[in-house]
Amino acid sequence: MMVCFGSLAGMYLLLGAGIIAAAQVLIYLGAISVLILFAIMLTQAGDANLPSPFHRQAWLALAVSVMVVALITFTAVTTDWGAAAEVTVISLQALSQVLFTDYALPFEILSLLLLAAIIGAIFLARRPEEDEEAN
Amino acid sequence: MGLTGYLVVSALLFGIGSFGFLARRNAILMLICIELMLNAVNLSLVAFNAYLPDPDNIGGVFSLLVMAVAAAEATVGLALVIAIIRTRQTPEVDEYSDLKE
Repeated sequence: MMVCFGSLAGMYLLLGAGIIAAAQVLIYLGAISVLILFAIMLTQAGDANLPSPFHRQAWLALAVSVMVVALITFTAVTTDWGAAAEVTVISLQALSQVLFTDYALPFEILSLLLLAAIIGAIFLARRPEEDEEAN
Repeated sequence: MGLTGYLVVSALLFGIGSFGFLARRNAILMLICIELMLNAVNLSLVAFNAYLPDPDNIGGVFSLLVMAVAAAEATVGLALVIAIIRTRQTPEVDEYSDLKE
């Protein structure tokens, strides 16, 4: 998973989006991977009698996923996108110009969402016993 | 490797993510697969933006927004999963059938 996130950051660099590659490394490699590692460490403490990791519907899921991939790939290959031959490099200045003028409202809403996520995560991950001790 | 290559890679990532989400039984692995699908969409947004003849950087803005939402989703989702695992003692989603019974 971390290799996948890291190579995605490399592809963003190839696409001329250095700031997005940096954000990818910070958020995914730095934060989300560590969070998931902690969750795995906290939850999988020696239950060795695991059944099959796959669901009963795995074959159906495989068929649906292959069909989705085939459809998207077919569309992507056959459509004439009218793409430019060269990759345009996103300059940080132009990106922040757009982000803080035209998209300022989504940016502010996003900060509210992050605040709500922090509070919600703290509330959910708290142990019930600590509640009783606090009261 | 032009725009089509990036789109095919993005489609493959999305397919792997959706297969994992539909087929795995572990709640944490399902969350990882959701992150994979969001990453695939991000990749296609950035690729479209980079190959626009007259770029306006909106793809970059949107992918940053998607990343922040994905981070929030991962935090709350993992907190929920840990809370459920603490009460049910199992990460398997098949076992969470109280509302059905």
